[in-house]
Amino acid sequence: MPTIKLTVNAKPVTMEVEARTLLVDLIREHLKLTGTHVGCDTSQCGACVVMVGGQSVKSCSMLAVEADGQDVTTIEGMAKNGELHPLQKAFHENHGLQCGFCTPGVVISASDLLKKNPSPDEGQIREWLEGNICRCTGYHNIVKAVQQCADEMKGGA
Amino acid sequence: MGKVIGERVLRKEDTRFLTGKGRYTDDLNRPNQAYAYVLRSPMAHAKIASIDTEDAKQADGVLAVLTGKDHADAGFGGLPCGWLIHNKDGSPMHEPPHPSLVADRVRHVGDNVAVVIAETKAQAKAAAQMIMVDYEELPVVPDITAAIADGAPKVWDDTPVGNRCYDWHIGEKDPTDAAFAKAKHVVSIDLVNQRLIPNAMEPRAAIGEYDPSTDDHTLWTTSQNPHLIRLLIGAFTMQIPEHKLRIIAPDVGGGFGSKIYHYAEEVLVLWASKVVGRPVKWTAERSESFITDAHGRDHISHAELAIDDKGKFLGLRVSTKANMGAYLSTFASAVPTYLYGTLLSGVYVIPAIYAEVEAVFTNTTAVDAYRGAGRPEATYLLERLVTKAARELGIDEVELRRRNVIQPDQFPYQTPVALEYDVGEFEKCLDVALEQVDYANFEKRREEAKSRGMLRGIGMSLYVEACGLAPSALAGAIGARAGLYESGTIRVNPTGNVTVFTGTHSHGQGHETTFAQLVADQLGIPVESVEVKHGDTSNTAFGMGSYGSRSLPVGGSALWKAGEKIIAKGRKIAAHILEASVDDVEFVDGEFRVKGTDKKMLFAEVAFSAYVPHNYPLEELEPGLEESAFYDPKNFTFPGGCHVVEVEIDPETGVTKVVDVAVADDVGKVINPMIVDGQIHGGLAQGIGQALLEHAKYDEQGQLLTGSYMTYTMPRAADFPFFKVGNHVTHCTHNPLGSKGCGEVGAIGVPPAVINAVINALEPEGVTDIEMPATPERVWRALNEAKKA
Ligand code: FES
Ligand code: FES
Repeated sequence: MPTIKLTVNAKPVTMEVEARTLLVDLIREHLKLTGTHVGCDTSQCGACVVMVGGQSVKSCSMLAVEADGQDVTTIEGMAKNGELHPLQKAFHENHGLQCGFCTPGVVISASDLLKKNPSPDEGQIREWLEGNICRCTGYHNIVKAVQQCADEMKGGA
Repeated sequence: MGKVIGERVLRKEDTRFLTGKGRYTDDLNRPNQAYAYVLRSPMAHAKIASIDTEDAKQADGVLAVLTGKDHADAGFGGLPCGWLIHNKDGSPMHEPPHPSLVADRVRHVGDNVAVVIAETKAQAKAAAQMIMVDYEELPVVPDITAAIADGAPKVWDDTPVGNRCYDWHIGEKDPTDAAFAKAKHVVSIDLVNQRLIPNAMEPRAAIGEYDPSTDDHTLWTTSQNPHLIRLLIGAFTMQIPEHKLRIIAPDVGGGFGSKIYHYAEEVLVLWASKVVGRPVKWTAERSESFITDAHGRDHISHAELAIDDKGKFLGLRVSTKANMGAYLSTFASAVPTYLYGTLLSGVYVIPAIYAEVEAVFTNTTAVDAYRGAGRPEATYLLERLVTKAARELGIDEVELRRRNVIQPDQFPYQTPVALEYDVGEFEKCLDVALEQVDYANFEKRREEAKSRGMLRGIGMSLYVEACGLAPSALAGAIGARAGLYESGTIRVNPTGNVTVFTGTHSHGQGHETTFAQLVADQLGIPVESVEVKHGDTSNTAFGMGSYGSRSLPVGGSALWKAGEKIIAKGRKIAAHILEASVDDVEFVDGEFRVKGTDKKMLFAEVAFSAYVPHNYPLEELEPGLEESAFYDPKNFTFPGGCHVVEVEIDPETGVTKVVDVAVADDVGKVINPMIVDGQIHGGLAQGIGQALLEHAKYDEQGQLLTGSYMTYTMPRAADFPFFKVGNHVTHCTHNPLGSKGCGEVGAIGVPPAVINAVINALEPEGVTDIEMPATPERVWRALNEAKKA
């Protein structure tokens, strides 16, 4: 079994994994970080999105060994020192989540958008979230939350 | 502190979900847990000639392989249907058996054939592929049309008539025929309300655990109603007595109806845990969800509306065929009958209505309630018909609706189809929605769109739904095998904070916040001092769960009643301590005050005293401060409203873009407007999804063609604009809160508004009808057909 070394939520991890282990299984089953979810088996729903090497990635469609040497951030790593990430705060304030199942993937994905485009317009936010399915919110408050966060981060900068 | 009903309180449950600390069933792992994989039929209809499990049993890591024969030998009962429908002639519906594993014949793709228990998920799945099943194919009934055809093959050999489950009717035929005989106009329509798949984002999962040392069974399951599951397992499928069976529905990732029902896997993991002596976990892959979660809708209807010379409705005749799938799921039989036929009067005065519904079996996944359940089908039929009538009569569709809508002074309004609406101001909802969408200037927008080569259309619908399921006496009279009250308990802790237990279940609706607001407001304490517990049969009294927009109007009312008992007891305690008569103690702003004096006790002081009593007159006053209540509603609640949609269609591609959605809903008294708006947004998205995108489609062989997110079109963020959510509220007259329920309104009202808008856009090109979902292909074809004609 290959041994991989990576950083997950700023903690170093060294692990032996079967070569066929998916990154999402490493995260959920081995590291017990169950905030990353599995909502489909065809790489469409986005419930499993995490950051790998600064890019949002569907962790169900990546092997754990591919993350060797990388920096991985899951939803559990978003809040820093007990402070919610501005996006998490914005989702809370805008009621951007209901059942919460899609939420970790949506939040991580949106954080990648804001990194790449700090002032997205409504259409850009909606297009970016193409890979994240939410069945509860009708996306209305998700988009509002991302907009508010973008505005605040601009204001703060 | 105190008055928080109606406030936009941010959700208490958010922090755990936003930080990855939610606990959904698949996130839980029990010590020494094994895994289950269910082998499912690849055929829609076949005899199981033989099944050989020997190789699978020898495979790596396998602990047990169980088949339909083992299931029968174990003496388990089948999954029951909770609603008995009677045929026109009074005989009961046909109720086929529904074992958790089938032994002799499979009846739909996904039917449960065997279950493998192994050390790991991968081992269980690999071993399942080694089970040798010899199937002998049988002719397939893939849909309603095939089911009712002369000489159709039979899904069940013993159905008395064809593939019929029941033929039911409501209303009165003769007066309705008489209304048609004197009508000036008759407008008719043929409609398909297509099959949908609910697709909660969390796939179903279950963990069974049996402890031989105590004989306790525990089931963690993705359920909207854990007590109901306990009842069904206790009384029907496994006969485990309830005091030895605990059901926990932890965080649940959406339901929309699909997680109401008792599913085979719940039986299988409990059974398997006993067989292998270890906890057993099963988690659906999405492709399994597609073929095993109960589907929704699937009606074919013909309807006629009789209208007089003044444009007043005289009568409505409806004939509907409804697809049940291969088996009767828990609530399936009620959906096309009492949740559909009873709503056919809509918001209108229609003096005579007669509806017939024939439900049939097919070789497809079971169909049951999906967000709205029956009410979207009724609304779709009526609102398509009304718009069509307006077009054929040359009357403006707003005007035609105004002429026929039930007026506020007509309430309580008895419809010809059993329901008595208590209150509503539907025409006001129409005004508010039209105002929001700027209806007056629509033609200008159509012109402007035309200048860009786009076809713009506007459509609307008015709707009413029956929610707050359900008044038990009425439900029983119409075939429900259970009452549908709700329970609630308020436990005041010694230092004045409160733990609330509800028999409803939250899987996205935010009960932990809404119910906390309700109780905080009533008891005059801060929202932060109230914790709401649900989803575990070991800590709440019996409850019926969450569906049918019942949690607030029924479950909230139960809590309100419990709160009244708390206040009543608090007054007794305060009277004793303050040495006053109980009649002189009033509860105001969170304080117990002796009228006409300055003597008073804070709520927390009374709570403390209740738990450290020193000199209570024990004959009259027990220590402690905890009260429970059961609330059985007197009537259904009737949320209603108006949805208006504007679309733009690109005639080159047939792509329909929803450019504006304006709604005005009356959901009764609102506790948390932020949460209510969120519920409406979600319902609208599912309703627009039905109108434009979603369709569960089977081929001739009964194979689901849309069995993954690559083929079943889920709505994405870019499919919607922001929704304009308005309201015009009247209060429910018969529950203590005045609330009506809001979970389903979006999915009920909007599909006909979207399709009416699409037709409105296409009409100038000669298109007068389109089916759901109005996909680009359908729209493009309709435009091209019209061009040819
Ligand atoms: S689990 Fe659905 S995209 Fe990864
Ligand atoms: S919040 Fe439930 S799926 Fe998005």
